[in-house]
Amino acid sequence: MADQHNVTVYSTSTCPYCHQAKSYLSQKGVEFTDKNVGTDVAAREEMVKKSGQLGVPVIDVDGQVIVGFNRPKLDELLQS
Amino acid sequence: MHDIIILGAGPAGMTAGVYAARKQLDTLIITENIGGQTTWSSEIENYLGYTYITGPELVQKFEEHLRYFNLRLEYAKITSLSKTNGGFKIEAEDLRVFETRTVVIATGKSPRMLNVPGEHEFRGKGVTYCATCDAPLFAGMEVVVVGGGNSGLDSAVQLMKITPKVYLVESGPKLRADEVLQEKVSKGLNVEVLLNTKPSEILGDVMVTGVNVENTETGDKRTLKARGVFVEIGLVPNTGFLDGIVRLNKYGEVPVNCAAETGIPGLFAAGDVTDVPEKQIIIAAGDGAKAALGAYSYLVRLPSECP
Repeated sequence: MADQHNVTVYSTSTCPYCHQAKSYLSQKGVEFTDKNVGTDVAAREEMVKKSGQLGVPVIDVDGQVIVGFNRPKLDELLQS
Repeated sequence: MHDIIILGAGPAGMTAGVYAARKQLDTLIITENIGGQTTWSSEIENYLGYTYITGPELVQKFEEHLRYFNLRLEYAKITSLSKTNGGFKIEAEDLRVFETRTVVIATGKSPRMLNVPGEHEFRGKGVTYCATCDAPLFAGMEVVVVGGGNSGLDSAVQLMKITPKVYLVESGPKLRADEVLQEKVSKGLNVEVLLNTKPSEILGDVMVTGVNVENTETGDKRTLKARGVFVEIGLVPNTGFLDGIVRLNKYGEVPVNCAAETGIPGLFAAGDVTDVPEKQIIIAAGDGAKAALGAYSYLVRLPSECP
């Protein structure tokens, strides 16, 4: 598999796509930092700054930002 | 040329996929996401086999089962479906073209939009169609919920616990939700219900700052100060790409008979996108099976290709 990636997932506890995204990453054996933007205001602001919007999930792979659980794009970034 | 292309991977599309693959048909599923509306359901208690399961978990089960079989799945947004001599041609937004002998339309439904200025610009910047997903993001902020049905009131009940103010905007003369929900909302001291009221514009700079609304009875206009707008005004069938290949009913749904047939040979439809009167996960799954089996029957009666 590819080298280690620096992955952060911004999510809320009730968001179903966040759940899917995190399950998917776990299944692929990708380690990630999970930031709950529902409870962590600083993380929420960080997410808005990175993605320019207030929707979850936001997935940061080595500085590249994906809004929403976009599986093909995520695969692409994890393979490089 | 595929034997069957299934458009959509919600419960209808995924069940159709399983049935088609087990009939050894060359099967392709084209979808924008896996799970469809089921993903948004927080609690499911009436899907046989599960006394309680969340939407995302059920979708995960469906997907595991689907992946067990030999079929292809592509992520793409479909822009058109047309008839060809050998069957059907499907075009995607990324300009890919797919050909197949049979098609199952299982594209389901999407949230209805308000169609007011600012809605598109502020989508994801305060405007949302999924309270289950996004409510926690608006904790401590004033919010507007548009829609006085079950979805709208369900959202209002979630939001009133974590926000200082919820404006519940309903276009009709009364709330349409179940009594139980109406009672819960009436207990919310921070909930203001506006009946006979429609949003006319969503305002903001970088993010949403407010909503202009108008009372259709009195003509009164008001600006509601809010940073979140939850749009819960129903669902519309995803049939825009069909462009006349089938005649849709007055709700924009694809009419089908009891065998999932559309009337066009080789073209089937299943799930919420059809005129099935009850929109339920288990009904969609059943429809998906019917459609795939229908496609198989149609294929085996075709004359075999000459060498």
